[in-house]
Amino acid sequence: MATLVSKRKKTTRRHGRPAPQLIFGDLWEYDPAPETADPKLKPRYDLFINGRFVTPKSGKYFDSINPATEQKLAEFALAGAADVDAAYRAARRAQRNVWGKLSGRERGKYLFRIARLLQDRAREFAVAETMDNGKPIKETRDFDVPMAAAHFFYHAGWADKLEYVAPGRKVAPLGVVGQVIPWNFPLLMLAWKIAPAIAMGNCVVIKPATNTPLTAVKLAEIFEDAGLPPGVVNIITGPGSTGGLIMAHPTAAKIAFTGSTDVGKIIMRSVAGTDKKMTMELGGKAANIVFDDAPLDQAVEGIVNGIFFNQGQVCCAGSRLLVHEPVAARFVAKLKTRLRTLRVGNPLDKNTDVGAIVSRDQLASIQHYLAIGVKEGAELWQPPCRLPAKGFFMPPTLFTGVTQSHRIAREEIFGPVLAIITFRTVDEAIEKANNTPYGLSAGVWTDKGSRILKMAAELKAGVVWANTFNKFDPASPFGGYKESGFGREGGRQGLLDYCQLV
Amino acid sequence: MNAGQSASFRRLFDEVGPVDCVGVEERVAKYTTRSLKKAAKLWGLRTAVTMVDLTTLEGKDTPGKVASLCAKARHPSDDPTVPPVAAVCVYPAMVRAARRALGPGAAVRIASVATAFPSGQAPLRTRLGEVRAAVADGADEIDMVINRGAFLAGEFAEVADEIAAVVAACGDATLKVILEVSELETFDNIRAASFIAMRTIRGGDFIKTSTGKTSLNATLGNNQVMLEAIRDFYLETGTAIGMKPAGGIRTAKQALQFLVAVKETLGDAWLTNARYRFGASSLLNDLLRQIEKERTGAYQAPYYFSEAAESY
Repeated sequence: MATLVSKRKKTTRRHGRPAPQLIFGDLWEYDPAPETADPKLKPRYDLFINGRFVTPKSGKYFDSINPATEQKLAEFALAGAADVDAAYRAARRAQRNVWGKLSGRERGKYLFRIARLLQDRAREFAVAETMDNGKPIKETRDFDVPMAAAHFFYHAGWADKLEYVAPGRKVAPLGVVGQVIPWNFPLLMLAWKIAPAIAMGNCVVIKPATNTPLTAVKLAEIFEDAGLPPGVVNIITGPGSTGGLIMAHPTAAKIAFTGSTDVGKIIMRSVAGTDKKMTMELGGKAANIVFDDAPLDQAVEGIVNGIFFNQGQVCCAGSRLLVHEPVAARFVAKLKTRLRTLRVGNPLDKNTDVGAIVSRDQLASIQHYLAIGVKEGAELWQPPCRLPAKGFFMPPTLFTGVTQSHRIAREEIFGPVLAIITFRTVDEAIEKANNTPYGLSAGVWTDKGSRILKMAAELKAGVVWANTFNKFDPASPFGGYKESGFGREGGRQGLLDYCQLV
Repeated sequence: MNAGQSASFRRLFDEVGPVDCVGVEERVAKYTTRSLKKAAKLWGLRTAVTMVDLTTLEGKDTPGKVASLCAKARHPSDDPTVPPVAAVCVYPAMVRAARRALGPGAAVRIASVATAFPSGQAPLRTRLGEVRAAVADGADEIDMVINRGAFLAGEFAEVADEIAAVVAACGDATLKVILEVSELETFDNIRAASFIAMRTIRGGDFIKTSTGKTSLNATLGNNQVMLEAIRDFYLETGTAIGMKPAGGIRTAKQALQFLVAVKETLGDAWLTNARYRFGASSLLNDLLRQIEKERTGAYQAPYYFSEAAESY
């Protein structure tokens, strides 16, 4: 590799001509290709408690906007303590009288039905999700919605085989589970939380994020259509304080939270001293480690997928690139070439690669980190791209010359920002990758199998991807080390977190 | 393999770097989800027409068949806005017939598959003689096959030397070097062979996937590996090499996906028939059918489009 680079330098100097450049211009512009499926929005959505849509006791509603247009999408019920109480009462009643007594096989039938109904309405849900969250339609269409359905299918399959979850032991449901989920994968997180819980015989009180409640209440329509018994799943919308009420409610036998590490800590403090079980899936600052023998073009693709998927608003995003010094310059050049062809814009356009940031606040927070990075002396690079005039957009961003002591290398930015750090040896790569309070995911790129195995053993991360990134499967447990949380979601291990062994 | 060969084998593969098959397939799957509408679709279809090397490579080819191929190449359709294709591609024995049909200095070029196509299993002097004969008969472009046996045996110098000899025999004719990807099997080999070829040929020459005579021909995957090799070689040396996927591209939809790969890997400068070609025959009528559909809003029956070749 070194020879290729030095050869180029020599030619350039000898002839004194500028380095060759690729032209990614407008010779062949793609015409707009908006997804046209009807998201079937209602102007106002109520709370889903005890199998019915009910108005909040307070009578108050809040707006959810489309981050790509800044226009109001719909209004959602603002739940207070009385509503949360009603939801927990309904859930406890359903769990004791109906759902907990139903055989696993019967529960499985409901989950299969939910999965199929979701597939039937996949395009409608994909459009709704894109409008509410700002992520590109190709992601909601090809990832979020199919993966959400896959989680219901997978756990439907488990429902009548629960005796195999913990061989040699019997399992029983915990009771009522309180769950709070984030805005980055609104529907998928809902499926991750609800499917294992109800497959195991628990009932659920769940709150989607304040920014993105739309697909949650739409999923409630599917629960209605599937004939799910009243009270098995109760969906509560509202601000963060409502989430606090759900987490702190005495009826909850277990709480599950996915979100930021800061909020996770607050929740853990609030339930300290109770007998509630907990799972926490929190932040991350994953290292994507590229060695000099890696398949570089595919590694570039993996890095792009790792940090620009869902605008980088992913807890397991590969937000740190650790690149081996011998290939660093060449690799960063390839990365920049690739970023020039990423299409930022209208999330509903089928050709959009990078959509809108979820909210004005989130955009401001990311921009704040950009300023910090520049102030700390890292070098910022963004490809030339036209951003829409309205909406919360942000070009994909690289920082080179980053070191371990930079804040952009230590703190979770939760945006399309990649911090590039170099390393010299395998040990240095491991040390730098693990030098973070987080430990959710990591990526290793090398052609050498033995090195992959060594790295996988030594990286303190819940998942280590080798020569790929951001691969998910309902059968594969997902969760973190250290301040990235505890408990696993998905697979047999995920089910263990929703049962008691008797 | 002696020690010297083995060293050169390692050196070449270390220099050009490995390719991850799963990653390539994942990358090219994204091209197939690009949605091309209206003007963008029409531009792509028309451009694809200008890139077609309209091909007939059969034992039963006759001057009559070649003449009808040439007529189709010049006037693919009754629609006057449809441009002629880039070239016709025939066996060396048919070059003279093609030249007669097209006339001297025609816009449509004549490409000929010389060098004991498709196997290449003839003595080098025979292969070179074939190249010289095709050029003398009026071929503008020569499509040669590399010595896959030598490549797989690690004798890279032999592969390169033979390509260099063909370059010399071509004179002013453009050269396209067929790697025959199905016989090289791995993406690592395809990338390495691309570099051997590119380091030997001239700017404006092409590398080409396959002969169309084996089970596996052009795919988005091997096209991508070769495009990336061309990109790396260009950025490293400033020499622009062209690319020709051949065989297996039968529908307009496939052709557009290949063009999306070109646009997003090599950029605008390769969206021209001077740097990108399709080796195909049935592709042309599907392109015409789609152009007509864009114009009228309705699909026409296949018999509205004249047939000139049915192979490849």
